Amino acid sequence: MSPALSAAHASPAARPFELVCPAGSLPALRQAVDHGADCVYLGLRDATNARNFAGLNFDEAAIASGIGYAHSRGCKVLMAINTYPQAADPKPWHNAIDKAVDLGADAVIMADPGLLRYAAKKYPRLRLHLSVQGSATNYDAINFYHQQFGIQRAVLPRVLSLEQVKQVVDRTPVEIEVFGFGSLCVMVEGRCALSSYVTGESPNTHGVCSPAKYVRWEETPKGLEARLGGLLIDRYAPGEKAGYPTLCKGRFDVGNEHSYYAVEEPTSLNTLELLPQLVKMGVRAVKIEGRQRSPAYVAQVTKVWREAIDTCLREQHRYAVKTGWMAQLDQLAEGQQHTLGAYHRPWK
Amino acid sequence: MMKLSLGPVQYYWSRETLLHFYEDVAASPVDIVYLGEVVCSRRHEMRLPDWVELAQRLGEAGKEVLLSTQVLLESGSDVATMHRIAGQEDFAVEANDMGAVRCVSGKAPFVAGPHLNLYNADSLQWMADLGARRWVAPLEMKRSDLAVLQKTRPQGLETEVFAFGRLPLAFSARCFTARHHNLPKDDCGFSCISDPDGMLLSTRENEPFLVLNGIQTQSARVHSLLRDYESAAQIGVDVLRLSPQSQSMMDVIGLFDAVRRGALTPDRADEQLRALLPAAECNGYWHGRAGLESTAPEAR
Repeated sequence: MSPALSAAHASPAARPFELVCPAGSLPALRQAVDHGADCVYLGLRDATNARNFAGLNFDEAAIASGIGYAHSRGCKVLMAINTYPQAADPKPWHNAIDKAVDLGADAVIMADPGLLRYAAKKYPRLRLHLSVQGSATNYDAINFYHQQFGIQRAVLPRVLSLEQVKQVVDRTPVEIEVFGFGSLCVMVEGRCALSSYVTGESPNTHGVCSPAKYVRWEETPKGLEARLGGLLIDRYAPGEKAGYPTLCKGRFDVGNEHSYYAVEEPTSLNTLELLPQLVKMGVRAVKIEGRQRSPAYVAQVTKVWREAIDTCLREQHRYAVKTGWMAQLDQLAEGQQHTLGAYHRPWK
Repeated sequence: MMKLSLGPVQYYWSRETLLHFYEDVAASPVDIVYLGEVVCSRRHEMRLPDWVELAQRLGEAGKEVLLSTQVLLESGSDVATMHRIAGQEDFAVEANDMGAVRCVSGKAPFVAGPHLNLYNADSLQWMADLGARRWVAPLEMKRSDLAVLQKTRPQGLETEVFAFGRLPLAFSARCFTARHHNLPKDDCGFSCISDPDGMLLSTRENEPFLVLNGIQTQSARVHSLLRDYESAAQIGVDVLRLSPQSQSMMDVIGLFDAVRRGALTPDRADEQLRALLPAAECNGYWHGRAGLESTAPEAR
C-alpha cells in the first residue's frame, strides 16, 4: 500500500455526537465536508443502494477521490449498500462490499441479513451499520443484528416517538442514529411496497420510490396533473405549488372526504428543537436525508445543523433553536413546511 | 398437493365476528391457521389468552395452528406482548419482526413471516440455520426469483406464498383510520372496527387505489394466484396463504381447494372467484410486474 493510500485510509476519530450528511455526488460530498459534516454517506451508481436515481451517485474513482477529500479533513465516509440483493444475482452487492473495503470506507450501511453475514465473515474488522431499510424498531431486533453480525450502529426508522427512541437506546450496546432532517417517509422503511405495487420498482427491490421514469405531468382543463404509472397522484389548481408525485404524498378520496392528504402531506422532518433531548438520551448521530438533493442544499443544511449541534454540545441547558436556522431550513424543506413526525406523539 | 393456510386476520373484527369466522374455518379445508393481532396493539377484542384458547379449539379440529407476532413493534408493551407469544410453548410462532426471530430462535422451529425481507439464498440459509422450518416469500417476489431460491433452498424448509387477499403493502407509525376521522392515534376510539375490510382510498378519478387499515396500508385490488396455481406447484411451493376478507371467505377457500383437488380448472375457479371479491383482481408481482397488474398465466 502506498503511503498516500494509507493516509487516506486512516479513519477519523469518533465524535460524541455525529452529524451524518448525504452525498449524491462529489460536489455535494465536498460541500458536506467543508460545512462541518462528521460523516458523509454515499452509494454506488446502481441498485445496491436506496437512492438509485438517474444522474446520481458514485463510480469507483469518485468514491476514492471523495474518501481522500473527506479523510484529509477529518470526515468519515459511510457507504450505503442498503437494498436487498434479488435472488437471481447477488454478485453486484458482494462486489460493492469488496469495493467499500478496498477503497477504505469507514463503515458500510446495510439491511440485508445475507449481506451482513457475507461482510461479517469476510471482513471481521469492517464496521457495520444497520440501515434504516432493515426496519429495526425495537431493541430485540437491534441486539439480534448485533449478536449475529456485530453491527456497531443502527439507524432507526422514522416511526418511533422520542420516548420509544429512549427505550431503545437504554437497552442496546449498539450506537443509535436517528433521522434529523429531510423528506419524511411515513411508512416503516424496508416494509413499504407501495412503489412496486404501482410501478414494479420499490426501495427494497430497486433502490427507488416512485421512480421518475413512471412520472407524467399533464396540463388539463382541470389543472396540472401528476401521474405515477398512469395513476392520478395529485392535481394542482392554477397558482398552486406542485410537488414531486411521491405516491404517498398525493391527495385522494376516502369515504366522504375528498381530495385530502390521506396518507402524508409533502413536508420535511425537522428535529432541531429535539437536539438536546437526543444528545441527553445517548443518541450517537443524527442523519440528514437527501442524497438526491443539490450540493447547495447539502451545504446549507449541513451548515445550519453543524452550528446547532455545536451550540447544543457547548451549552445544552441554554440551547434554543434560532429563528434564522428554521427559516433557512424551511426554505429548503419539501412543501416549505416541517414536522416533528412520529417523535411527537400527538402527530396524526 | 399444496397445503392451504389461512393468514392472520388483518382487520379489526368484533370478538363475536371472529369466533364465528373461526368456527367456519375449523370446518373448512385449510390445513394451517395463523392466529393473532398483527397490525395494532390497541385492538383488544381478543387478548392473547383468547387467541390461545381459539388455537386449542382449531388444533382439536385438526388444523396446524400458529401464533403470529405483530409486524411493527414500537412501544415497550408491543415488545412485551411479542415476548409472551414467543415464550408460550403450546403453539409454534410466525415471527414477523427480527426481534421476534431473536426470541424464538433456538427454542422451537418457527415460521419466518412475509415481512422479514428474505430476498435471496444467503438470507434464507441464515433463517433456516436459526431454526425456521417454513418461510413466507416477500409479497414483491416474482416467480422467477422464487424459482431460483427453490433450487438451493435449505433442506427441510417449506416455502409459503401469499396467494390470496388484499396485499399488506406498508406499515406506519401513523394510524390512517384515526387520521381520516381526525382523531389522535392514542385516542382513536377504535374506529377501525367499523371497517371490516378497511377503508377504500381512491384517486380523484375515482379509481380504487389503496385500503387504509389502521396503521397498515393495503392494495385496493385483491391479489390472487388462483390462475397461477400450476406455476406455483411447478416450482415446489408447499403452502398457499389465503388472507381473510369479511365476506365469502369460506367460498374463496373452497375454490382454492377445488383447484388443488382437480375438481375445477384454475380458469373456471377464477371466474367464480371474481364474483366474490370486493374489488378487481391482481397478480402482477408474481409475474415480475407492478403489483396491481392482472396478467394471464404464461402459456406453456
